[in-house]
Amino acid sequence: MKWLLVGVIVAATTLGEVFQAVAMKRHGEIRDFRPGALGRLLGLLARNRLILLSVAAMAVSFFAFMALLSVSDLSFAVPATAATYVLETVLAKYLLKEQISRGRWAGAWLVACGVALLSL
Amino acid sequence: MDTRSAALRLKTRVFTILVVLSNVLGNFSLSWGLRRVGSLLSVSPLAYIEALGNPWVALGVSLLILWLLSHMALLSWADLSYVLPVTSIGYVLAAVVGRVFLHEHISTARWAGILLIVTGVALVARTAPRTAHGGGRR
Repeated sequence: MKWLLVGVIVAATTLGEVFQAVAMKRHGEIRDFRPGALGRLLGLLARNRLILLSVAAMAVSFFAFMALLSVSDLSFAVPATAATYVLETVLAKYLLKEQISRGRWAGAWLVACGVALLSL
Repeated sequence: MDTRSAALRLKTRVFTILVVLSNVLGNFSLSWGLRRVGSLLSVSPLAYIEALGNPWVALGVSLLILWLLSHMALLSWADLSYVLPVTSIGYVLAAVVGRVFLHEHISTARWAGILLIVTGVALVARTAPRTAHGGGRR
């Protein structure tokens, strides 16, 4: 049961964050942080299909994480999500066309290994 | 051009801190509350709604909503492959919070994990936050 939840969390987090990044990149850089502008932005994003899909995926990930937390320790739940780092970096390269320099690859792997070690 | 990239860097730093703090404090609060609520392995959504009645769970959920919004804002200009590793410094903060406030033991392996994460974050933080749209590299 624990590992099924981990699988759901990893898949849903990866999809959710990649969709979110695609949608926000299409929207463009947020420059205006006045309350009125932020309100309009929220309205716009609430009608964006990719954002809705991303929020749905992240909600699945969140509830699966909550369920996992209720049956295991935070020190098991958190490291179980390490795989998302490498998976999402690969998707960022091919889907988002980001330039992944050697420093970034090394960083993503170090973080993933570090997160996995946290459970020991 | 230089002031533009300096401004982008500052904005990125501020939002990174906001993303990290809301995530760590949100998860901490949620975990604290859920320990009192009990097992949530139930099909009924009612169990989740009832759990929200716990003030720690409610605070945790509010902070995680703030996390979602600040994360979205950060992704509107910074690369996913930048945001993801850099915000993982939150794991280190979570371990420190656990050690200081919950008196959790940190094993040698966990210290090694923390060291790897800090090194990884330092490596990625040195790269330019934006590469996909002509942000250029330092």
